[in-house]
Amino acid sequence: MAGIPHDHYEPNSNGEKWLHSRLPIVGLLYDTLMIPTPKNLNWMWIWGIVLTFTLVLQIVTGIVLVMHYTPHVDMAFASVEHIMRDVNGGHMIRYFHMNGASLFFVAVYAHMFRSLYYGSYKAPREVTWIIGMLMYLLMMGTAFMGYVLPWGQMSFHGTAVITGLFGAIPFIGESIQTWLLGAGAVGQPALNRFFSLHYLLPFILLGLTMVHIWAFHTTGNNNPIGVEVRRTSKEDAEKDTLPFWPYFVIKDLFALTIILAVFMAIVGFMPNYLGHPDNYIPANALATPTHIVPEWYFLPFYAILRAFTADVWVVQIVNFLSFGIIDAKFFGVLAMFGAIAVMALAPWLDTSSVRSGRYRPMFKWWFALLVVDFIVLMWVGAQAAEFPYDWISLIASTYWFAYFLVILPLLGVIEKPLTPPATIEEDFNAHYAPKADGAKPVASPAE
Amino acid sequence: MFRKLTLSAAAALALTTGHAVAAGAEAEIHDFAFSFEGPFGSFDQMQLQRGLQVYTEICSACHGLELVAFRNLHDEGGPGLPEDQMRAYAEFYEIFDQSLFDGEGDFRLATPADKFPGSQLATAPDLSLMAKARAGFHGPYGTGISQFVNGMGGAEYIASLLTGYVDEPECALEGEPMDGYYNTAFASGGYPESCKDDHGHYTVPGSWIAMAPPLYGDDVVYADGHATDLEHVAEDVAAFLMWTAEPKMMARKQAGLTGFIFLSILSVLLYLTNKRIWAPHKKKD
Repeated sequence: MAGIPHDHYEPNSNGEKWLHSRLPIVGLLYDTLMIPTPKNLNWMWIWGIVLTFTLVLQIVTGIVLVMHYTPHVDMAFASVEHIMRDVNGGHMIRYFHMNGASLFFVAVYAHMFRSLYYGSYKAPREVTWIIGMLMYLLMMGTAFMGYVLPWGQMSFHGTAVITGLFGAIPFIGESIQTWLLGAGAVGQPALNRFFSLHYLLPFILLGLTMVHIWAFHTTGNNNPIGVEVRRTSKEDAEKDTLPFWPYFVIKDLFALTIILAVFMAIVGFMPNYLGHPDNYIPANALATPTHIVPEWYFLPFYAILRAFTADVWVVQIVNFLSFGIIDAKFFGVLAMFGAIAVMALAPWLDTSSVRSGRYRPMFKWWFALLVVDFIVLMWVGAQAAEFPYDWISLIASTYWFAYFLVILPLLGVIEKPLTPPATIEEDFNAHYAPKADGAKPVASPAE
Repeated sequence: MFRKLTLSAAAALALTTGHAVAAGAEAEIHDFAFSFEGPFGSFDQMQLQRGLQVYTEICSACHGLELVAFRNLHDEGGPGLPEDQMRAYAEFYEIFDQSLFDGEGDFRLATPADKFPGSQLATAPDLSLMAKARAGFHGPYGTGISQFVNGMGGAEYIASLLTGYVDEPECALEGEPMDGYYNTAFASGGYPESCKDDHGHYTVPGSWIAMAPPLYGDDVVYADGHATDLEHVAEDVAAFLMWTAEPKMMARKQAGLTGFIFLSILSVLLYLTNKRIWAPHKKKD
């Protein structure tokens, strides 16, 4: 790995040398595990491990579920119930998988807002951020297609609504919708291809996870003060960092077990809390549920989708200027995807010279408002589309765009940031002062 | 700052998710205290057996349980009928078997491996999953905290529905009376137009339901001498249907508790490990 100077793997025995000269895989693993990591990382830097674990959990439980699942419109629902009732431990595996999706999104949102606050997306980590955004999109696609598989009422009608979004694209929309579904309506072809893709995409996610890790191992981790590790010499770098193993592995595992304990309690005691009762009714094309509500993790973007109705003047202007091509429905779709696109562009929209939000007095408040905004959007996405919720979702959606398109670029100009500590070592020692005689702490293994 | 934000986010998530505010009719679901609620609640075996009796004598006339096998009645964590009783119970039913009579099919006595028959009436939904397919008591004050603590409360919906038959509301009488029954827990039926206010909002809970009141009180005679008034019988059959919807609930809660305890212990060990590993680097004066 380029970047921070550190010791590399040296094969010792003849066997190691033999393998190393043919395939330096041990060296790769060694360098990945021993990567110098800023020692001042706080508890918001644990979500990557949680996400990696969850991806593996979903893949493993998913593979077992597939052994008992039947992707057929007449049998899918019953086969899921077969898993719940007759397969050994099937009810636990299925509930793990079902709630695993929620754990995945809790972790990914925490991970993303961490990056947004500490400026992890800024140069030189833009590629890491963009890959992360791709992974987030893939995750949403995978989660949506997984929700279709039990073939309950919400699965069926949710599919109709979501693929209907593509139908809103002018001129080619209907063809795209038909192409996605493999038919004019939601049915067997849709179920088959969603099943296929739901199995495929997690493995692409796994590949992207490796690229994501590769990217930030090349640049080094960001850290709470947003100051880079000194690369002038190995000695300097060692003052700022500690190896990933064991210091951060153990720390992350500790955090992971606490999160998993909570997860276990949810799976054990209230596995259906985050789900929707309607999905325990077999799909019926003739009976539409009164409220088609997406899963909680889609709600913020669902709220943005619904916010721009035909009576909003921006929509009317766009509609007029585009000679009616962009109607309210298509505008909503553009807004929803745009909300994610502006987030992906954050590295270039943020003009501030200081990376970490900790040293940006004005940014802090706008960021806190963004988090509140996200929660408001999530809440309003589950409400009926009527007064006052329509206004709330419109205001909250507007703030989402304003934050990325107006506030981030402007803050860099008008804000006077504080001066971050010069080095990571300085920040770390401010919390954990060195010994009185001034000797630096010796990197020794646990006694 | 992040800590505060994370905590508020978690709290907000817990309170806002999954529950849409109904713009249409409102169902009046009561908070029944079932024995299986909460992390440590478990099914009351006697109650499940009483519920099975109510289901057999009353519900099964129209409704089905096509996801439940007779053998399940003998399973652990369920009604727990002894094997001979379960076999005898299965033989009450006749099942159409396509493999008999040279592939032409014929009726035969059910075996433990067979499933309960489906609904006898086309309009009567299958009850296997009913207790999970309906939301329960969403309170107090519409917050959903009850479900947060007690788990999905579809059994409350069933008990509320069975006890929710009322005379049609006065406002309904002003308009065209409907040929059916009025139920305060049923929200997806037809709603009397005359009961909507000027803004189209619904002034009284419930709606029309096609199902005639199945229980009036004293509909069954229990062998264990349990009370047979409407409320008790409704609770019993609701509990039974919770079991048909979630037959592995006991195993699941046990696994949840075991996992939770193991992970908690592991987290303490990792906390201590972490502390010791970092100690040389975090020495204060």
